[in-house]
Amino acid sequence: MNIHEYQAKELFTQYGIPVPAGKAVQSVDEFQAAIDTVTGEKIVVKSQIHAGGRGKGTFTDGYKGGVKVLDSREAAFEAGKAMLGNTLVTHQTGPKGREVKTVYFTEASKIAKEYYLAILLDRENSQPVFIASTEGGMDIEKVAAETPEKITRVHVDPAGGLHSFHKRKIAFALGLTTKEQLKQLDKLLTGLYNLFWEKDCSLVEINPLITTVDGDIEALDAKMNFDSNALYRHPEIVAMRDLGEEDPKEVEASKAGLSYIALDGNIACLVNGAGLAMATMDIIKHFGGNPANFLDVGGGGNEQQVTEAFRIILSDANVEGILVNIFGGIMSCKTIALGIIGAAKNVELNVPLVVRLEGNEVKEGKKLLDESGLKLTSADSLADAAKKIVELIQK
Amino acid sequence: MSVLVGKDTRVVGQGITGKAGTLHALNNIAYGTNYVAAVTPGKGGTTWEDKLPIFNTVHDAVEKEGANTSVIFVPPPFAADGILEAIDAGIETIICITEGIPVRDMTIVKDALKKSKTRLIGPNCPGIMTPGICNIGIMPGYIAQPGKVGVVSRSGTLTYEAMYQLTVRGHGQSTCIGIGGDPVNGTSHLDAVKLFNDDPATEAIILIGEIGGSAEEEAAAFIKANVKKPVAAFIAGTTAPPGRRMGHAGAIVSGSSGSAETKIAALKDAGIAVAPTPSEIADTLLEIYKG
Repeated sequence: MNIHEYQAKELFTQYGIPVPAGKAVQSVDEFQAAIDTVTGEKIVVKSQIHAGGRGKGTFTDGYKGGVKVLDSREAAFEAGKAMLGNTLVTHQTGPKGREVKTVYFTEASKIAKEYYLAILLDRENSQPVFIASTEGGMDIEKVAAETPEKITRVHVDPAGGLHSFHKRKIAFALGLTTKEQLKQLDKLLTGLYNLFWEKDCSLVEINPLITTVDGDIEALDAKMNFDSNALYRHPEIVAMRDLGEEDPKEVEASKAGLSYIALDGNIACLVNGAGLAMATMDIIKHFGGNPANFLDVGGGGNEQQVTEAFRIILSDANVEGILVNIFGGIMSCKTIALGIIGAAKNVELNVPLVVRLEGNEVKEGKKLLDESGLKLTSADSLADAAKKIVELIQK
Repeated sequence: MSVLVGKDTRVVGQGITGKAGTLHALNNIAYGTNYVAAVTPGKGGTTWEDKLPIFNTVHDAVEKEGANTSVIFVPPPFAADGILEAIDAGIETIICITEGIPVRDMTIVKDALKKSKTRLIGPNCPGIMTPGICNIGIMPGYIAQPGKVGVVSRSGTLTYEAMYQLTVRGHGQSTCIGIGGDPVNGTSHLDAVKLFNDDPATEAIILIGEIGGSAEEEAAAFIKANVKKPVAAFIAGTTAPPGRRMGHAGAIVSGSSGSAETKIAALKDAGIAVAPTPSEIADTLLEIYKG
């Protein structure tokens, strides 16, 4: 799960990580009051969407820049007005873009130097790792590829926790070596580690982290992702979820206990198991088709779940055909066939349907499908199924 | 012969008094697996399904029934605690089926594993099976037959696919290991490949991977340097878009790392036969291994 920058900065503040003062608002009526809380000559106006590249983004009405630094209160007000309710397209949003429903007005920090700082889980050794770089404000993956020597990684043993030497290593790698800077960074890193650990984050990224002309250290931006498996113990984080930032079909699917991800193809898939679901997408592509989604119905596959899955995939207007691929492990293919038959009757199936069943009582399952009177094509193998649906769509 | 589980395996079921746990444990027992105890805190002293003594702690199950292997069906908020208890009780092999354990909890488990002799399979996995002898977890027994191919995979149904393809072509399996789809797990592809390489009963290996992480690349490097047995592989997720988590918490491509292309290239470079589609996993192996 992701949250907005302004929400992440609220959490930063709770954990003693300094951020520029600011206020996020959802309506033009609140703009003036928000702007009045911000001190300093300049003022920053930031569109709040769950995607990077906002500064370089363009709105669908042609207005340029989702993040602006402005010289006057009036200009900030006007920029906020241009952003709110407008749709911002960045390299991460896709061509449809995202509607800006919150505008964040903040102080403009006087930047001396920019850095990169993040903490995430290193899968290779199952430990949290800090990533720090003197190349702030840049695409960190580009830095890693082009100048890997400019990136420092500091692992923390989760059982032992964060120690001063970890923090000193980061400070010296960033060249922040004055007594005051060491003190500030020590406090910031402690807060960052505690935030990451206590809130079950999968990533906390500060890009850029800055030193100001006065020598202070501040987090200018904030990006946070959370481990969805741990959300049950963080109602305060769940409350920050913005469903408007998520695909409505994906939200519905998660409510039904299905794992669904929309893609841009025209062949919908309904599969049990995540690995097999991915492999089904791959084989569709292999035979010249284009998958419309990833959908894992899990180990179940009862009528209600399959009905809901059909409803969700059919609500995608691009879908021209459906491939059902179920490996009945413990569950009988008969049960799955009955689920498909029941579901097909509940929804209006107006596109070709290819079903591949395999596993427990597969003959009985296929017989049920054949005798159901449903217009479907049954397939003998995954390859056969993929070929058939691709052919049916081309007709 | 086989790896990790076999004739001497004595299983304690943690959390098998629940509905799913009961169903699968009964299936495992019907397959012939030697379950010796159940553990459900608070239910100690009673009996599970008229078959097994229930204990309050794993330590009791080890002490009184000689359990050396544990299978865990405990719900996600309590599963890591269950694993830690089994490690503390000196269980040799833990198979954790539970899906949805917080990553933070698993980092602590991982640390405890390093300090112990225990091996963990999973979590979020279908289990492990030595066909004809022992089946622990949720794999359907009928898709397997005793034989000489070792299978290791992150994905449950994709493992079944490979096992079943082998079985219908008349080739059995030595042991099938589902290592699970989570980013932090107990046993890696590399660990499983090492076990299969050392197992005289395993003549060939099928490795099924998916996007995310670099476990497949690590296994490939080891195979290139050390493994003489024929190895076939399949990588799922060629069409997955970057930055999206494909069902499994571990299946995500971030930046340029973890993509199917880089994995397939590493496997091919190690001399591993890579199946072009999931339908051809067994056939790809059988082209280089005649059995």
